[in-house]
Amino acid sequence: MTSILEVNSLSKNYQAAIAVDKVSFQINKGQCFGMLGPNGAGKTTTIEIMEGITEPTSGTVLYKGKPLGQLFRTQCGIQFQHTSLQEFLTVRETLKLFAGLYPESSNLAELIKRCNLESFLDSDNRKLSGGQRQRMLLAIALINNPEIVFLDEPTTGLDPQARHNFWDLIKNILSHGTTVILSTHYMEEAAELCDEIIIMDHGRIIAQGAPADLLQQHFSERLVRIPENELSTAHIKELKKQHTNLNQDTLFQHSLYQKDGWVEISTTDVNQTMKYLLNAGIDLSFLQIRQHNLEDLFLELTGKELRQ
Amino acid sequence: MKRFLAILHARNLEFIRDRAALSWGLIFPTALMMGFALLFSNGDQELYKVGVAGELNHPFFQSRHIKFIPVEDLEKAVIKVERHQLDLLVAPDKLRYWVNSSSPAGYITEQLLKASGGEMLKANKVSGKEIRYIDWLIPGVLGMNMMFSALFGVGFVIVRYRKNGVLKRLRGTPLSATEFLMAQIFSRLLLIIFVSVIVYIGCDLILDFSMYGSYVNLFLVFTIGSLAMISLGLLIASRLKSDELAAGLTNAISIPMMLLSGVWFSLEGSPQWIMFISNLLPLTHVVDASRAIMLDGAGIIDVGHHIAAMLIMMLVFLFLGVKMFRWE
Repeated sequence: MTSILEVNSLSKNYQAAIAVDKVSFQINKGQCFGMLGPNGAGKTTTIEIMEGITEPTSGTVLYKGKPLGQLFRTQCGIQFQHTSLQEFLTVRETLKLFAGLYPESSNLAELIKRCNLESFLDSDNRKLSGGQRQRMLLAIALINNPEIVFLDEPTTGLDPQARHNFWDLIKNILSHGTTVILSTHYMEEAAELCDEIIIMDHGRIIAQGAPADLLQQHFSERLVRIPENELSTAHIKELKKQHTNLNQDTLFQHSLYQKDGWVEISTTDVNQTMKYLLNAGIDLSFLQIRQHNLEDLFLELTGKELRQ
Repeated sequence: MKRFLAILHARNLEFIRDRAALSWGLIFPTALMMGFALLFSNGDQELYKVGVAGELNHPFFQSRHIKFIPVEDLEKAVIKVERHQLDLLVAPDKLRYWVNSSSPAGYITEQLLKASGGEMLKANKVSGKEIRYIDWLIPGVLGMNMMFSALFGVGFVIVRYRKNGVLKRLRGTPLSATEFLMAQIFSRLLLIIFVSVIVYIGCDLILDFSMYGSYVNLFLVFTIGSLAMISLGLLIASRLKSDELAAGLTNAISIPMMLLSGVWFSLEGSPQWIMFISNLLPLTHVVDASRAIMLDGAGIIDVGHHIAAMLIMMLVFLFLGVKMFRWE
């Protein structure tokens, strides 16, 4: 796979604050590249430097091996996190306006259908619902048949229906071979769509890779969860004791913590844990077993304290 | 060109649909001029004004309640008689006097002259419409209206676009700053011309004001003047992100400009430094040139220095405005 966008030790300082700190990565053609991180991690700044909107303090961004220029401008599509459009224009007129800004534009009728804009084409820009607005902004980002599309938190604030609908649109874009760069707060979204992700915090990349690989790297355990009220204090005590014992055992490891009315046992060997629980005579009717997901990874890497 | 037209079209749609702003742009200047016409409709002369060329050696000059004004240039004084600015012009040395046959005050002063018993002077009848204050005011108010529309229209829209992120979105496209700014200028120019033509025709129907010059020249002066003032608006808006600051700055420029450009009263005889500042303001040249065309029938050569001044200002403002422009 060839890289379409190359980011080399990018830094951005705002006065004393360092927003982005020597970040480097490559994005392959046709992939969906996810950018995750808590608020203020430097995602948007990094994306805006990649889009050529913000000047970096140092470092370079190369599109098809060349610095960002007119070629990039005509071949990229952008959906900003916050965008205002010209007032008093309808959706159709706005699309025509943006189509007029590119040497070549995609077939408007097809784009309108692809982004489901038919029902509100002649409404004023300012009177759209959240989902409609995001779909229109996506249509604008796609108006020049871009080879690379930047979507900065496109589904923030959407209801679940609108979000799933938007995911289908992104999958549709990806199926056309377009490269997509997606920043999001929804781990589910990244897991569903992204081929590769980076997790940023404090202006740096703290993890990078395919979601499945990252999970494998960081978590070899499964989570076994039992409602707290199924266990007596004695059980928990015993489990904790057992836990210490078991930890010395090389067969498998497990750790235990209580949270939100659940006892969670993180284990490398589910069979051993189950055996133990059954032997202890614990009711397993409400037992849950799940894999660690991106959210667990995210919280493990970025910590759980509240951000700005 | 395609990009320029796309932005121009969008901007035009925006202001045509912004009904409130558009109607205000039409109603305000019209109402202003109607108000002035009403205020000054009763005339403001309690004295008769008689121009005197040469010596005061005639019994007529003993008459009371007449203001005798010495004149140097006889030709210019005759034009003043035509415009009703002088009721009578007397040149005893030449044994002649000039009177406007359509002026009642001219008739009265002529009778006083005949009754004064001095040497008989030969009458020269001239004709011409009276120049009222409102005739003098019209070019000024039209120019002032252009100035407000140029400074607030262009400046504010760009600052608002910058503040709410429209500029940022446009920056993500191949559109260049120059293309964007040219579209803004051209769109505002079309609006100013449109509004000015309507206000001009509307006021003319009601007030029937004087227009002695060529409409082509007037159009040229107003167009170049508008461009100079729009460019100034652009320069003000080139970097600002706060509309409060933009409002303050625009007011700080537009209000002194309105007062120092001779819109409401003539600055003739003002101190040198005021004249100097006045000449640096584009509106001064718009008002002076359009007044010369409308009231004196001046040709394009007569107002050439004003046109040159406006063109230079336009180029300087434009150059700086494009150079300093920031999308964010």
